Amino acid sequence: MTSRLHSLRDELVRLGEEIGRPVRFMEVCGTHTMSSFRNGLPSVMPANLRLISGPGCPVCVTAQRHIDAAIELAAKDGVIIATYGDMLRVPGRLGSLESRRARGGQVRVVNSARTALEIARREPAKKVVFLGVGFETTAPATAATVLEAAGEGLDNFSVLMCHKRIVPAMMALLEDGEVPLDGFLCPGHVSVVIGSSAYHPVVERYGKACVVAGFEPEQMLLGLVHLARQVLRKRRNVESRKSKAESRKSKSESRKAKSESRKVGTLERRDCETAKSGDGATLIPRLENVYPAVVSETGNRVALELLERVFVVSDTAWRALGTIPRSGFELAPAYQRFDALRRFGLTLGEDEEHPECRCGEVIQGKAEPTECPLFDNGCTPLAPIGPCMVSTEGTCAAWYKYWRETPKRRSGRAEKGFTAQRNGKAES
Amino acid sequence: MTETESALDGVERVVLAHGGGGELTGRLIRDLLLPPLANERLAPLTDGAVLPWEEGELVFTTDSYVVTPLEFPGGDIGTIAVAGTVNDLAVMGATPVALSLGLIIEEGLPIEVLKRVIASISATAREAGVEIVTGDTKVIERRSGDGLFVNTAGIGRLRSGTNLSIASVEPGDVIIINGRLADHGLTIMSVRSGIEFESDLRSDARPLNRLIGRVLDSRAEVKFIRDATRGGLAGVLADISEESRLSIEVDEDRIPISPTARHAAEMLGLDPLSVANEGKIVCVVAGDDAAVVLDAMRSQPEGREAAVIGRVTSTDPPLVELNTSAGGQRIVQRPYGEELPRIC
Repeated sequence: MTSRLHSLRDELVRLGEEIGRPVRFMEVCGTHTMSSFRNGLPSVMPANLRLISGPGCPVCVTAQRHIDAAIELAAKDGVIIATYGDMLRVPGRLGSLESRRARGGQVRVVNSARTALEIARREPAKKVVFLGVGFETTAPATAATVLEAAGEGLDNFSVLMCHKRIVPAMMALLEDGEVPLDGFLCPGHVSVVIGSSAYHPVVERYGKACVVAGFEPEQMLLGLVHLARQVLRKRRNVESRKSKAESRKSKSESRKAKSESRKVGTLERRDCETAKSGDGATLIPRLENVYPAVVSETGNRVALELLERVFVVSDTAWRALGTIPRSGFELAPAYQRFDALRRFGLTLGEDEEHPECRCGEVIQGKAEPTECPLFDNGCTPLAPIGPCMVSTEGTCAAWYKYWRETPKRRSGRAEKGFTAQRNGKAES
Repeated sequence: MTETESALDGVERVVLAHGGGGELTGRLIRDLLLPPLANERLAPLTDGAVLPWEEGELVFTTDSYVVTPLEFPGGDIGTIAVAGTVNDLAVMGATPVALSLGLIIEEGLPIEVLKRVIASISATAREAGVEIVTGDTKVIERRSGDGLFVNTAGIGRLRSGTNLSIASVEPGDVIIINGRLADHGLTIMSVRSGIEFESDLRSDARPLNRLIGRVLDSRAEVKFIRDATRGGLAGVLADISEESRLSIEVDEDRIPISPTARHAAEMLGLDPLSVANEGKIVCVVAGDDAAVVLDAMRSQPEGREAAVIGRVTSTDPPLVELNTSAGGQRIVQRPYGEELPRIC
């Protein structure tokens, strides 16, 4: 363990103690989920601080109706479905792409949209349908291949559009209001494309702290430290306003906060620039970017232009969250001939999930995987029922793989008071 | 122009007739396969090889090799076909004696690729000190156009007094690995994904019989050895824990891994512990003998970075736990299937 990691962990524990009450932060990225569990972060978090996983795993949030459409397409003569590997085993109403393939459907696993395009070039007699899955991270690559296909007049290539936008999902969760949250650990990958400024509405409209962080344990801990500091400062601000009688005391605390802010030096000052305006000690909540070497405020201009040129923002269906306004992409009118649904005259059906599966609540942070009656009881990575267990980055898969309860750990958690905390509400 | 090239008459790709059993098959074997592999047991091309045998026990193993791409930084399918089977014999405590070689070639395979693979087989066998004493070649109809599947079987002589078994593993034993983890699987995966990493990511495929020989010669109390191929370190540790009903605690900080491999794994969303190796063994050794085994390994190039990475404990229930570099703990399980790079 490096000394940097050590001091960040100690700082987080100290902040946890000082905050005192249960605090819940949410990450909205499958890679954050996996990194957290793979690096054992849950075991180093202070007792009252929780990092829960939100709707950030692209496989988990893909609505069943899209899977069903893909399976239906795979059954058609001459159609090849090209998909990222994670989607193979996601169950639809009619089985999965994997079971379709076993019955003779043409399903190929690709690592990029470009590979799907290459198959279309190589096999002109086939109709290649690429499953366009993922957030703004993978969407630009899909857009680029559509442009390329259009340029070449490659008419045997189309896309089943399932791409999603992350910020509308975060806002839908907050709109729903059922998940008490203190802030978001925002995903580095998506933010490279959309830029840190994309989270301003979450901060301004819903008053939630947002910190953009990388995926190494050190970067995640740094993000969490910044989130925890915001919680602490917010409380101090509330306290300072509460009572005139306490004004003298609050001044000293504010000075203390400022001196803390000076202690972290350049990083903190840089963060303040990311914040909308003003003094970091009083402007709470705010948007911070602790991954500035990789994520800029405005994002990747080329990728954003690709999205704007080839796609239009649309309402789209999410697994368990229903249809969220302006949360997806569809092909712009000029490129609609590459839309697989149109090309094959398909309409999306309805979702019909396993009655006991709680993936929907898991991806909203409303339930922990172990609260699902199917977890490790019929639903395992080898025989998954819900998408959170299918995806390698799903919350249930991460729990199962890295964090299944052992007697040792159970006793540890009880001591730390996790159970009590689960029922606690975060301050709004 | 060499004799081999002239005899193949400028043929650039393998055709079905190369497997037809006629003149073309004869030429393929005589001109392309035999010269690099030449030895006196293979040379007569009889239906089977005759090998002298003394008293003692024989270890017999077989493995089939399928890899895409066929050639990758640090080796090719030929390297792993020889190293894999040699290592399977060696971890059993056997001294490899001879290998068979079965080639299933897809019509359309470039002759040049086949030549390079046979050269690797020859070089790797020489490094391991074993001979290819019998073989078979078949050609199958074209599918993807560049397929080559290899089977090797191997026999070895069990070293006298060797008794490597999970049953002898006990609390207090230590877990030792001979070097950097995950290079092979990550090399393959990054080539497949079209991701180029800087210079030093190469497959670790190589025969380990000499290294294992040194370890067993060291007189240390070695309980069990397994090569960490498919399933990686995680798979081997899970095997040991499940079969022995004992727990294993591993320290992430002590696991040798190159910064390039660490970043590649991070980028591809893979757990280095679950990624395949082709030149790494996991040894369970009595705690007191750790230093002796480390010295024995470090005396060989393929064991230069050997390290004690963990220990066997009696914690109940039996689990493999990792103390992470981030100061936390998590469990380690056998991977469920093929590790696939993530979406985003």
